[in-house]
Amino acid sequence: MTIEVGIIAPTAPVEIQPDAGKPGRGRGTLPISLVTIAVIIAAWSLASVYGVVSPLFLPSPLIVLKAIYNVAVNGFVDSTLAQHTFASLLRIFAALAASIVIGIPAGLAIGTSRIGKGILDPIVEFLRPLPPLAYLPLIIIWIGIGEASKITVISLAMLPPIILSTAAGVKSAPADFVNAARSFGASRLQVLLYVILPSAIPSILTGTRIALGAGWSTLVAAELVAASRGLGFMIQSAAQFLVTDIVIAGIIVIAAIAFLLEILARLLERWFVPWAAHR
Amino acid sequence: MSVLSLQSVSLAFPVDRDISQTRLVLDGITLHLASDEFIAVIGRSGSGKTSLLNLAAGFLKPTSGRVSVDGVDIAGPGADRAVVFQDDALYPWLNARDNVAFPLKLRGIAKGERRLRADDLLAKVGLDNAGAKNIWELSGGMRQRVGIARALASDPRFLLLDEPLGALDALTRARLQQFLLKVWSDSKTGALLITHSIEEAMLLATRVVVLAPNPGRIVADIPASFGRQLLSGKSLQEIKDSPEYRRLHDGLTGLIHADAQEDAA
Ligand SMILES: Nc1ncnc2c1ncn2[C@@H]1O[C@H](COP(=O)(O)OP(=O)(O)OP(=O)(O)O)[C@@H](O)[C@H]1O
Ligand SMILES: [Mg+2]
Repeated sequence: MTIEVGIIAPTAPVEIQPDAGKPGRGRGTLPISLVTIAVIIAAWSLASVYGVVSPLFLPSPLIVLKAIYNVAVNGFVDSTLAQHTFASLLRIFAALAASIVIGIPAGLAIGTSRIGKGILDPIVEFLRPLPPLAYLPLIIIWIGIGEASKITVISLAMLPPIILSTAAGVKSAPADFVNAARSFGASRLQVLLYVILPSAIPSILTGTRIALGAGWSTLVAAELVAASRGLGFMIQSAAQFLVTDIVIAGIIVIAAIAFLLEILARLLERWFVPWAAHR
Repeated sequence: MSVLSLQSVSLAFPVDRDISQTRLVLDGITLHLASDEFIAVIGRSGSGKTSLLNLAAGFLKPTSGRVSVDGVDIAGPGADRAVVFQDDALYPWLNARDNVAFPLKLRGIAKGERRLRADDLLAKVGLDNAGAKNIWELSGGMRQRVGIARALASDPRFLLLDEPLGALDALTRARLQQFLLKVWSDSKTGALLITHSIEEAMLLATRVVVLAPNPGRIVADIPASFGRQLLSGKSLQEIKDSPEYRRLHDGLTGLIHADAQEDAA
């Protein structure tokens, strides 16, 4: 079995450039996508207006909108929508910080050192294919049901993409870049800090974007199981009381935040590594 | 004065990752570059020019023989032998000035001082106002000048240049040849220039070395004075029209051509 190939394949950041650079891609399909969304909402409205599906299972878009407003103002299960959202975001960013602090050095170790690769490869390869919910119960047994266990699980889900994209970025550093620094007298550490790390940043940011996606879905799932606040918890509670409008409202908010996080990540890429598009 | 020496150097690469089988790429290379010389190495593609430069830079270790500076074997790349690359190898995350200042940063020189010296070097290569520019905003010729300024910033005893002008259009190339000549004569560093162009080699170098392939070996090492004539103000046309220029040009063309025929036979 060759671990090396498997490790790189799923998360290897092939495309670093933002889509904006490719003519006709985003612009060409946007109107079609908008029409699709409009059709789905229209079908949804019709289905609920004509009672095709019981409102208990599928409330109309208007009712869902009202539910969003209602949760935002009056709250649901002891917290407002803002509080639920804040609780979720806090977890995701705490986990992101933890996995960046651990993941980037780990990725550098895999990418630059035989020993580092030997030690870390099996761990990452073990972790990567595991669904986080599979180890959530174990983590709860180990460190309890509080914030720490949720943040740990989310971090574990975020770590592999960050580690692997860092390692891939390290390997993509052009040999001439490294040789140039060495011919100007750079030490090994200087080569790592001033050449290899900056070369890897576009790849690391792509990995971070993937990690945010993985982390966000893990977060919601983790909150479904064990939390007293958060968007996942809100949905789970609403489902228990069959408050379908809040369930759907929660789903829409989750999707919207995921979308915003993605946009934020892409903006960060453009701000931090404007040169990546010019390589 | 310093001397960079390759003594009876040979270099073999493994064939297809099979360590037991090797292919000889350079054989019995002996070459001494003094710090007031400008050596141009010409030879056909695959004759081992880049390999020769990589040995001198310390990026590659010779299979046998010695590479030394002033009699001391080199341990690897070092700031005394700065390299200018064919594809500039400028760091796109740094602007032009910070690229030039990079070797100074490596030596722990303070930021203000770095900036002053980088701007000085940029002015020297005719890019006074380009310091804040991003690398991708520069033309190919400007990039190579930044690359040369960056190499000079490391205050080397030898400049190693691997076809730095190879990717440029003819006009820019001719301009940068003059520029390179001036930089070399001002900076008192030894220069080792790899090039495909016989004309470029003749106009710049104090010695033209011809490398024949399979395995790469030196078949000619000829002194030339056209660069000095250019520096002393003689016109390019006058030099190119001179009988000695034509004679050397024909001779070098014949040498490179001869081994092409030998290859075909
Ligand atoms: N890392 C390597 N492993 C195996 N063979 C190599 C390696 N580098 C170069 N070679 C071989 O060594 C020979 C000389 O290569 P080199 O790059 O030095 O030639 P060159 O004269 O610079 O050619 P060009 O003018 O095309 O740049 C070539 O046949 C090449 O295939
Ligand atoms: Mg070459």
